[in-house]
Amino acid sequence: MKFSDQFEQRFAEMLTHYPTKRSVLVPTLLFVQDEVGYLSDEVIEEIAQRLDLTELEVRNVISYYSMLTTRPRGKYNVQVCTNIACLLRGGEELLEHCETKLGIGHKGTTADGLFSLEEVECIGACSWAPAAQVNYDFHENLTVHKMDKVLDEYKKRATQ
Amino acid sequence: MADVNITIDGKKVAAPAGTLLIEACKNVGIEVPSFCYYPNLSLQGACRMCLVKVEKMPKLQTACTTVISEGMIVTTNSDEIHQARKSMVELLLGNHPLDCPVCDAGGECELQDMAFSYGAAESKYMEPKNHKEEQQWSPVVYFDRPRCILCYRCVRVCGEGMDVWALGVQNRGVSSIIAPNREDHLQCEECGMCIDICPVGALTSGAYRYKTRPWEMKHVGTTCTHCADGCKTTLAVRRADTGMEIVRGDNRDKSGINGDFLCIKGRYAFDFAHHAERLAQPLIRKEGRLTPSTWEEAFELIGRRFTEIRDRDGGQAIGVVGSNRTTNEESYLLQKFSRLVLQTHNIDHHRTADFPAFAAALSGKPDSTASMRDVFNAPAILLIGSDPTEQHPLLAWQIRNNVRLHRARLYVFNSQAIKLRRQATAFMQISAGMEGKLAAFLSGEESSVEALVSQAISRDAWIALRDKLRSEQGLVIIFGSELRGSDISSLVKFGSGIKEAKFVCLGDYSNSRGAADMGLYPDLLPGYHRVTDAGKFHDHWVAMPQAAGLTLPAMVDSATAGKLKGWYVVGANPIGRLAIDPFAFSRSFVVAQDMFLTETAVIADVVLPAANAYEKSGTFTNTCGDLQLVKKAGELTGTKSDFEIIVRIADAMGYDIGKLVPFGRGITADMGQSRGAQSGEADRHAVWLEAHGLEPKMSPFDPMAILDEIQRLVLGYEVSRMDLLAGNDQHTTLSGGGGGALHDPNLIVPAHDDLFSSGTLGRYSRILNSVIENRHKQPEETEVAAD
Repeated sequence: MKFSDQFEQRFAEMLTHYPTKRSVLVPTLLFVQDEVGYLSDEVIEEIAQRLDLTELEVRNVISYYSMLTTRPRGKYNVQVCTNIACLLRGGEELLEHCETKLGIGHKGTTADGLFSLEEVECIGACSWAPAAQVNYDFHENLTVHKMDKVLDEYKKRATQ
Repeated sequence: MADVNITIDGKKVAAPAGTLLIEACKNVGIEVPSFCYYPNLSLQGACRMCLVKVEKMPKLQTACTTVISEGMIVTTNSDEIHQARKSMVELLLGNHPLDCPVCDAGGECELQDMAFSYGAAESKYMEPKNHKEEQQWSPVVYFDRPRCILCYRCVRVCGEGMDVWALGVQNRGVSSIIAPNREDHLQCEECGMCIDICPVGALTSGAYRYKTRPWEMKHVGTTCTHCADGCKTTLAVRRADTGMEIVRGDNRDKSGINGDFLCIKGRYAFDFAHHAERLAQPLIRKEGRLTPSTWEEAFELIGRRFTEIRDRDGGQAIGVVGSNRTTNEESYLLQKFSRLVLQTHNIDHHRTADFPAFAAALSGKPDSTASMRDVFNAPAILLIGSDPTEQHPLLAWQIRNNVRLHRARLYVFNSQAIKLRRQATAFMQISAGMEGKLAAFLSGEESSVEALVSQAISRDAWIALRDKLRSEQGLVIIFGSELRGSDISSLVKFGSGIKEAKFVCLGDYSNSRGAADMGLYPDLLPGYHRVTDAGKFHDHWVAMPQAAGLTLPAMVDSATAGKLKGWYVVGANPIGRLAIDPFAFSRSFVVAQDMFLTETAVIADVVLPAANAYEKSGTFTNTCGDLQLVKKAGELTGTKSDFEIIVRIADAMGYDIGKLVPFGRGITADMGQSRGAQSGEADRHAVWLEAHGLEPKMSPFDPMAILDEIQRLVLGYEVSRMDLLAGNDQHTTLSGGGGGALHDPNLIVPAHDDLFSSGTLGRYSRILNSVIENRHKQPEETEVAAD
């Protein structure tokens, strides 16, 4: 399987950081997921082979981390926090709003493949609750209205 | 290492530095419960059942991960500890189905024991239990997820112990599950170790599940009848219409040479014993058809015909084929019967390794064979040929775990990229057929290196490797049937230059080494004494023919030429296994003794239904030379042991049985009282007799009577009878024997069995066949993962 040069460079460098090969598994999975979108069977096979692991071992690790996925996701992965601080500041309402607006539930993906929605645990933005994360970007002090603007912004960005 | 002194529950205890607290407790008889801890596997610290109080440590500590240190004061039982453990059990039971009344593990379940000990019958938890239907992962492995307590023993034994890595843990926290490597099924060696090691009934065996309860069976520890490694297997039997039925094979008795290990064959492939085609009545050919008959009629006919042939054409007109799966006593008795009663040395067997050449090479070199236990403890191992993972699963386990636990150095030379290369310090792939050249090179014959040099391995690399091997100490040298005849002498010559080197010669089938040691050869008596140089055997066995007999191929030629007029085939199938033309048997009187109508039995004139190794007593010698007891577990009405059959035929030929089997002599045992105040006397007396090798041999069918003679006449077999009878393995030696012989290497025909085949036995094992079928089946497309 072919990955970008940038990934290959990063991968080669990471290997030098640890005493054993398997130690680079988690960052490798994350970088590949960013590049491919999800961890396909093909990806798992390739990584297992590169790191001298069984596919089962790679799957075990993937299943442990909720940030890693073996199913394709939308272009923008909307992660709404409903942990205690966000919950008190309206995180649940925010999530419900997203569900209605996008027409999908937890771990769902819109038909056009643009958005995925996830209810997540604490993302470390309690001081600015309620918060949501879209891919790697944080959006804080959200209201239903602000959330609409955020989603519209991404939609617009996708059509440009 | 220096001892560390600690105090456990007020007891002063000393144990070597580095000992785990849980082991230190166990050593002084204090039981600390645990689910996840298992000796010789990596530490998990998952179940928290082994919590103990260590003074000056703030919280309760897990005894399984705490290494003892000087002055430690430990309490293993207090209200606090009891409460902590009780809470752990309560947590585990939170999602446990509590279906003990139908669970296979009910009665021998560690969780059940803990629930009884800590009484966590009431639960605070209100959450609904998370149910999932049981899953079939392979023909022999089933998984009942709700019962699983996530101790990860199965995951570790499969990966670390077996080097298969077919089980893993997926997800996290309460939704963690054990998952197989192929989404919804397993692709593995089907050893069943995961089932054996499971503390609860989460992993269950396809061969045993829902059949019976543990307390309804009788458990018999005996030696496995499949490959030549000689694992101790515990067979559980229960009464059946036709005698005693074996319902389970497992490894509950860990005292054997196999420790924790058993492969698929030892664990499941006992079912040939109950196969529908099993013979249970003698058959005599009448008007061209094999017709059911009685034992008396069969013995009378065989006795009469064998006597006729012997008296008319001489003993050389009879050929005898012995077995790799009969006990030592039976093999010994068979060759004694041939040589003395039938008056012929025409006796041979399916040879799978060159033991006579091995004995010849080791002649006069004491202590130079390695036992199966030595393989686990050797500092270095050299493996030439064979594929132990497939053909000698226990040997592979010993090697693998020696490397893992003791960091042994393993050198592998093979024509295939065998699995054990993954543990090897050095793996050298050589061309098939070059094993002999390798032995010659190792022994110092420089010119042989040319045949070994390849693009991957240069001449210098070979020489460097040989130097490295020469510098090893206590090297165990293991070789497969690729090495025969003078190649073995070369290898032994190489080994004699190494300090304390020991050897293992690998044969196939459960008692191939025993068959060789007991003299199933036309030119060799028991202990590899030449027929022409019988020495002490002549004193014991008067009137034995002088000249050596015919090998099996020579017997076939003789029969084809019409000279050999009688065949006695015991537990062997030369037509099926050695591809011998059935025509060779067509003009002779053929007696076959077997469990099934094999290709050989079907053309016989008389077929006698024999008991298998699980249905009789005696001893087996494994390929390393470890002598072990075989104990009767199952029973099939209508069959007789080969031992009894041979004795009965000798009797029908009018031979004085007392000369064949030394029974009922020299003992006037006072067996004591069996009732009343002195009722223990008989038992005590029997133990004393056994300890002195004097068990009362009252019956001519008692194999122990022949074992006496074997121990007296076969050098290397003079082991402790007490230890043997107690169920311990006893290593025999070859060095003091009769000198062996160099035979035609082509007489050796390896069995080529793999993990899932076992000669004729395998053909009649439903379990083995279902596993083979399942492996060749294309898995159906499935969307759902194990979760």
